[in-house]
Amino acid sequence: MSSAAAVAAEKLGKRVALPERTLTLLDDVSFTVAAGEAVAIVGASGSGKSTLLGLLAGLDSPSEGRVVLDGTALDTLDEDGRARLRGARVGFVFQSFQLLPMLTARENVMLPLELAGARDAAPRAEAILSRVGLGERLGHYPRQLSGGEQQRVAIARAFVVQPAILFADEPTGNLDAQTGGAVADLLFALNAERGTTLVLVTHDDKLAQRCHRVLRLAGGRLQAGGSGGLTW
Amino acid sequence: MRLIRLAWRMARRELGAGEVRVLLAALALAVAAVATVGSASERAQAALVREANRLIGGDAAVRADAPLPVAFAQRAKALGLAHASTTSFRSMLRNGTNMRLVEVRALERGYPLRGAYELEPGHAVVDPAAGPAPGSIWLTRNAAAAAGAAVGGDVALGRSTFRVAAIVAKEPDAGFDLMELAPHVLIGLPDLAATGLMQPGARATFRIAVAGDADAVATFARDAKAQLGRGQRLESAAEARPEIRNALARAERFFGLAALISVVLGAIAVALAARRHALRHLDACALMRCVGATQGTITRLYVFELAIVGVLGTIAGLAIAAVLSFALGWWLAGALGVALPAPGFAPAWQGAVVALAVLAGFAAPPVLALRRVSPLRVLRRDVAGPRAGAIATLLLALAAVAGLLLWRAGDATLATIVLVGLVASAAVLAVLGALLVRVASALRPYLRGAARHGLASLARRRATTLVQLVALGLGLSIVLLLSLVRSDLERWRDELPVDAPNRFLINAQSDQIPALTESLRAAGVAEPMLVPMVRARLTAVNGTAVAAKQRDEDERAQRLAEREFNLTWRAQPGPDDTIAAGTFWTGDVPADAAQLSVERRFAETLGWKLGDEIAFDIAGSAFRARVTSLRDVKWESFRPNFFVYASPGALDGYATTWITAFHLPPGREDGMNAIVARFPNLTIVDVGAILDQVRRTGEQVGLAVRFVFGFTLAAGLLVLLAAIGATRDERLHEVAVMRVLGARARQVAAAQWSEFALLGALTALVAAIASEILAAQFAQRVLQIEPSAHWGPAFAGAALGALAIAVTGALATRGVLRTSPATTLRAIAG
Repeated sequence: MSSAAAVAAEKLGKRVALPERTLTLLDDVSFTVAAGEAVAIVGASGSGKSTLLGLLAGLDSPSEGRVVLDGTALDTLDEDGRARLRGARVGFVFQSFQLLPMLTARENVMLPLELAGARDAAPRAEAILSRVGLGERLGHYPRQLSGGEQQRVAIARAFVVQPAILFADEPTGNLDAQTGGAVADLLFALNAERGTTLVLVTHDDKLAQRCHRVLRLAGGRLQAGGSGGLTW
Repeated sequence: MRLIRLAWRMARRELGAGEVRVLLAALALAVAAVATVGSASERAQAALVREANRLIGGDAAVRADAPLPVAFAQRAKALGLAHASTTSFRSMLRNGTNMRLVEVRALERGYPLRGAYELEPGHAVVDPAAGPAPGSIWLTRNAAAAAGAAVGGDVALGRSTFRVAAIVAKEPDAGFDLMELAPHVLIGLPDLAATGLMQPGARATFRIAVAGDADAVATFARDAKAQLGRGQRLESAAEARPEIRNALARAERFFGLAALISVVLGAIAVALAARRHALRHLDACALMRCVGATQGTITRLYVFELAIVGVLGTIAGLAIAAVLSFALGWWLAGALGVALPAPGFAPAWQGAVVALAVLAGFAAPPVLALRRVSPLRVLRRDVAGPRAGAIATLLLALAAVAGLLLWRAGDATLATIVLVGLVASAAVLAVLGALLVRVASALRPYLRGAARHGLASLARRRATTLVQLVALGLGLSIVLLLSLVRSDLERWRDELPVDAPNRFLINAQSDQIPALTESLRAAGVAEPMLVPMVRARLTAVNGTAVAAKQRDEDERAQRLAEREFNLTWRAQPGPDDTIAAGTFWTGDVPADAAQLSVERRFAETLGWKLGDEIAFDIAGSAFRARVTSLRDVKWESFRPNFFVYASPGALDGYATTWITAFHLPPGREDGMNAIVARFPNLTIVDVGAILDQVRRTGEQVGLAVRFVFGFTLAAGLLVLLAAIGATRDERLHEVAVMRVLGARARQVAAAQWSEFALLGALTALVAAIASEILAAQFAQRVLQIEPSAHWGPAFAGAALGALAIAVTGALATRGVLRTSPATTLRAIAG
């Protein structure tokens, strides 16, 4: 395991007990992502992409194996410890944006800073919203924004805490091709600007190819050469 | 601080567009209900008591057998109370050669302080409120008839001559002891000395009545009680007439129940709204967990939000209560015909405590469970939300309700009945709900179309179906309970028939019975029933002389023990008697083993028990008998009823007089005058005033009850809306999907109708049975009236409730049929 690895998955497995049998969602998945690297995880629906992302981000616990995030093994932390680690080091962008409907664009971006107790939440949120081109829409509620604008707010919210690692789950999945392209541009530009490690889950090959490396999942296992990865 | 700001921001935004509004409304309603009902019942009771206080001519009075020390009047004055004294005694009223024994009442100017004397038309009084002017006298009808006097004539009392200025039609302060009564005549107190009738040692009753601010009256009563000397006692209206006391006690208990029910209804609505609030916040919590919020942060955030909602809800509820109290004061004052005392501050803090308890017991569990939301929900929406620990939630809610019940009911029996009833009903509803879900699943394959969809919905939303069923069932049960109890109360009020006896005739001699019966018939009295009466003085209980035994007991027992008893004999219990303990005699009872049947509360006051041997002195000879049964007596029937019955034959040979009560139709007073003229020893007492008072109190209670019931209905409606709201989001989503798949509006509506109709029918069935059982318990144990079966009204009410559930449910989702499915789906997702 390289000491520079931002994310390391070691023999990850996830099984769910059903009444008749045990369902294997992920099986023996190991790989590392170096700091500053952008890695795409691709695969068909049901291949285990979202399960893997949930485990990597510490949103769920593996049945076996472990995840090391930014030098910290997640299995040594309790639920609150993992939440604190996410708050300090991790950013998220989701397919369904996940903005809180009762908060404005600015307040949505302020949210992770406020939860962490930051004093300068408002100016930082405003600065990054300007950076993503929404400086004029600070006081708008999610329902007053288009899908592309909502995703830009979500990207601003992900980057405002200056995360070491960014997890993105189908970030353009809910957008049309043109808007999706613009949002992807923004995501990669910010990622490059800030040297963030990016783990991107998608089934869009074009988007995957913009990453340094692609991991392909099928039936819960990494495809041949998976742990070494195919490098572009 | 930052979290409080965030919580405030969330709460504020959701108030504008979110289910927090429902939570707030439910809370505000619970607070408003408690504060309004509390304030209304407090004020209505105070008004009713004040109204009833007319019977003693003031809010409180001190009575004594010797002139009262001036200290009582000074104390009243110092407390800012109005006060007026009276002196009553018996004397002979002379009209020429005609002499009659009368009860003279000498009134200080201003008496009575509550109520007024009603004078017959044609009087010669300038200012009736000031009382008899110097040198003038007012006669009651009986006195005027007995003495043959009329307005303008002169009559004499002692050394003075008075001009008859008025005939009194109605006396406000008719709270007298029937047996000590001679017809009344009224003079001014300043004229008393000149009559020369009040020599030292003369037998007379001296009273001072006070009236004014309720707190000051209470202080006066407390101080006076502490200072009472020998032969002095404190009077209040409740004590003056048992039938009024009963009416007030029942009203008080009903209000207690109504207040409780509004709290429970409010709590149910709050629980439903909080549950929905929590469900709608699952995603937000998952996201916050995802971006770093710890469980503690989530807990604090939502506690702050609940606290904000709690404060706003309390303020809104109190504002509503203030407006309603104002309107109520205005309305009740008109309806009751009495001024209402100003509302106090107590209901306000009671409302706030209720808000706190309801939030802690009902809203907190689902909201606090939010901290356990899995952050994975941000990736997979199908991850189940956390469940509040069922047992802990239940215990918390139970503790909150039990606490509120005990506190607000002020009566452990009442609180227990309601609590046990609610828990049992909830359990039955939950079991039935689980059965329904099973049956619905099993029946699905055999049904088609709308019914199938309806059943499918009930079965699929298992948890929500249960919650809805229990909430709606409880809501409907308690609304029905209150309406049944209300009808019991009104039935009780109606038990006092329009032809209830309004005249008592006393002092008839045994040899006058045949002639008197005939005269009464001639005067229009249908079936005169004359009852024998023997006056006796209590001497010993179980061989212990009473004077020694009772000395340390309470003053009422002392008074009762010192008083003369009126005994009668009966072969069977009377129509107003219910045997509460022991056995009533049957057949012949040997004269040397005489038995007594005693009114239960009277026996309790005197400390008599079954088997006790009671000794009386009757005109110098000793009479002993054993208590073999205790009876409850319906005093409000206004028939002659007795505290003590003796077995037949036991009182043979003792001096007996006869008594009867009958209804004299208005305008037949001349017949009575003829009877009095023919049998000069008789006294006929007009109890019409008391009867009117009892009837009025009953009507006033009825009005107040109707108002309070209206409030409970509103609270029930809110439960209905909250329960329907509980499944609204899921339902909208389903309807939208069905529409996308090509379902026609009619099909969707039919599915909704069938689901709600089934829910309504099941709810109504349980509610009808539960409320009927609870109402019977309540009538028997709390109101102490005979429970009556009212299955008809119970099921009719339940059917109405079921219809309301079906209609509201179907209406709540009707809007979605007019909107495009895409709009609905987007709105739900957003």
